Amino acid sequence: MARLVRLYMHYAGISIRSQMQYRASFAMAATGHLVVTGFDFAALAVLFRRFGSLVEWSLHEVAVLYGITHVAFALAEAFARGFDVFPAMVRDGSFDRLLLRPLSTAFQVAASEIQLMRIGRLTQGLAVLGWALATGGFSLGLAHWLLVPLAILGGACLFSGLFVLSGVLSFWTIETLEVVNTVTYGGVEATQYPLSIYRPWFRHLFTFVVPLACVNFLPGAALMGMPERAGAPEWCLWLAPFAGVLFLLASLQVWRVGVRHYTSTGS
Amino acid sequence: MRPYIAVLSANFRMMLQYRAAAFAGAVTQVFWGLIRVMVFEAFYRSSSLVHPMGLDEVVDYVWLGQAMLLLTTFGPDPHIREMIRSGNVAYELTRPTDLYGFWYVRCLAARIAPVILRAVPQLLIAGLFFGLRAPASPASGAAWIASTLAAMLLSAAFGAVISITLLWTISGEGASRFLPAVSWLLSGNIIPLPLFPEWAQGVLNVLPFRGLADTPFRIYMGHIGPGEALLPILHQVVWAAAFVLFGRWLLARAMRRVVVQGG
Amino acid sequence: MTLVRVENLAKSFRVAERCPGMWGAVRGLVARGYRTIQALDDVSFELSAGELVGYIGPNGAGKSTTVKVLAGILVPDSGRCEVLGRVPWRERRANARDVGVVFGQRTQLWWDLPVAESFDLLREIYAVAPADHRRARGELVEMLDLGGLLNVPVRQLSLGQRMRCDLAAALLHQPPILYLDEPTIGLDAPSKLAVRSFVRTLTRERGVTVILTTHDMDDIEALCQRVILIAHGRVLSNGSLKDLRTQVSRERRLVIDLADPMAEITDPRATITAREGARVTVSFDPDRVAAPELIAQFCARVAIRDLTIESVPIEEIVAQLYRENGAP
Repeated sequence: MARLVRLYMHYAGISIRSQMQYRASFAMAATGHLVVTGFDFAALAVLFRRFGSLVEWSLHEVAVLYGITHVAFALAEAFARGFDVFPAMVRDGSFDRLLLRPLSTAFQVAASEIQLMRIGRLTQGLAVLGWALATGGFSLGLAHWLLVPLAILGGACLFSGLFVLSGVLSFWTIETLEVVNTVTYGGVEATQYPLSIYRPWFRHLFTFVVPLACVNFLPGAALMGMPERAGAPEWCLWLAPFAGVLFLLASLQVWRVGVRHYTSTGS
Repeated sequence: MRPYIAVLSANFRMMLQYRAAAFAGAVTQVFWGLIRVMVFEAFYRSSSLVHPMGLDEVVDYVWLGQAMLLLTTFGPDPHIREMIRSGNVAYELTRPTDLYGFWYVRCLAARIAPVILRAVPQLLIAGLFFGLRAPASPASGAAWIASTLAAMLLSAAFGAVISITLLWTISGEGASRFLPAVSWLLSGNIIPLPLFPEWAQGVLNVLPFRGLADTPFRIYMGHIGPGEALLPILHQVVWAAAFVLFGRWLLARAMRRVVVQGG
Repeated sequence: MTLVRVENLAKSFRVAERCPGMWGAVRGLVARGYRTIQALDDVSFELSAGELVGYIGPNGAGKSTTVKVLAGILVPDSGRCEVLGRVPWRERRANARDVGVVFGQRTQLWWDLPVAESFDLLREIYAVAPADHRRARGELVEMLDLGGLLNVPVRQLSLGQRMRCDLAAALLHQPPILYLDEPTIGLDAPSKLAVRSFVRTLTRERGVTVILTTHDMDDIEALCQRVILIAHGRVLSNGSLKDLRTQVSRERRLVIDLADPMAEITDPRATITAREGARVTVSFDPDRVAAPELIAQFCARVAIRDLTIESVPIEEIVAQLYRENGAP
């Protein structure tokens, strides 16, 4: 384990150094990313300005959910983005090279691409979250404060799991299967807002199939001190983020099946 | 004219090959559209005030936006980007045609083909199942088509400028990320422009970005009546021409640099 | 000692076939036609420690499929395969520590980084002890003359320089077995010679066992004691180059430069295969007539300025074998 951590740091160092070779264009990309995500929140503020509230939710409350989602997604993008570019590795055969090495393939794929550029979204997400928590007038105890990183961690795991799943599909098909991406990016878009505003089928999709509610809406409601809005027993809300971790572990099992399929078809 | 038509049709046929991608893209757009419609529904539930746009109109606006998405969300043309990265842009200079014209046509083809491929099925699906209404009147429909064509011309001119900025490696990288984001917000693709605060309306009306989305959409639903449509369409065409001139000037400058530095 | 044992290996692939046209594309979304390709039909061979074996065949013959099976990347449909007593695909990671692989068309180095940094990372990936790594790296740098390249980013290397670095990268963990897939493809002449001489040293002095797949018959002639030739997934020939020659044709050639371009030369035991100006090429079967005898015959009858004896070029031999074993 210690060896893997050291190795991961080494990979990360390499990735960062090679991105730093193009320092100016990195700075541009990161700034661009920050601006794009900044516009996104500005648009949300514009809507609140016009409509006052989103059903029972205030801008601050929505901003908490928005911040958790974006921070979690930025972390997943930074650390699991390798799975997103992975279909190209299968197509051009460079995945074979990973199989030639005495390391787990999932580890190598994850370590192959660490995108610093995502620091733009991360910064914006943290800023929105920090602003909302500081000025939203929530009464937060220590447990609530602990729930914030837990929800973020669960979310990062869940989004990473989705990246793994979309990567796995490329073992079976070379056609870009956008279905998973639809769920991933659609999930980010959807969980910026409280899940309770959506129609039932949509709520169920993101609670039971892809449990994004568990890492965002449910713990969010608990940490803002309004568990009654979540429509679930309170202990559930506190444990919900672990669903994200379980989702990632399950995705990695699917990954192993995919690798086995790959080595028996060599597609 | 012949070589331009050849480029246009080659690009068109190439895109037609990606039918599966177009299908998947349409599914994605519909899914996103549903999310956005539900969010707007919730916002409209929260307030009983009268807004510059009714929920019905916003729903139309969202579906048109999803269908025409490629007119507003675009990075640089991938082919031109590749050519610049690999230095093959020098080859383009050896061709006996006007380079800007070539690139413009390429950008135009990259908009027409996918818009037709994706927009038609999406509009049908949205119309049949998800509350998109027909154009306000046949005249509105006709004006909408004219305005959509103008939006394509404008979008291609804008895309060509973004592609050309890549010839300046560093600042191009920034511009090619920043400009699409600006156009994404200011064209009305995130929020319908009429829902922006009053004080912003004047600026939004003058800026070119509304011509990419807001103008044709509002013409479609009769928010801008067919009688008043001429001026907004002229606004689109004038801006398209301005971007073409700007793109030409930019490319001429860039090429002088390339030639001087030896590519 | 047998290091690699391959018995009756078979592997087929299903390749999706797309029907043309709009209707085909629509149908392709639902059901798809498949075609089965038998990449390996029945392949058996063995390699002993320290051997350098050429593995040749036309494109699509199954060469890289075999290499992939040996590397543990691909699981065959049937047949057995052992590398150092292990089944490669069952113990992929253990197997990976004992083999080095170089694909000529690809690099395993990190594109934007100096070569030395790739080497450092590979040390960690293969968990090589620092002292061992230093020694192995020092030797490789010397043998491949990499001293000046270590601090250059990989993207700035020429193809030949990159190949030398890739060879070193594949050998840093000191594997006893090396798979080389087209290592000289696209290289200029000096680089090819450098790669060949390195591979030769590797087997002779280090006892590394090498499988070399290539289309360059000069590689084979310069390096390989043994050649395995496959086509359509089957081994057509397995033996020395000389064996391969005699299997196909015993023919030899006499190239004669005549003093008088118009002079007639004939012999019932030989046939004229080419005539160009004063140069005549005569082929003969050394079992029917010995070369000195034939030469003496000609010298007695016409004035000869110069004369050489040639074997049929290995390319022709191989091409003929491919033809004779055309698509089944």
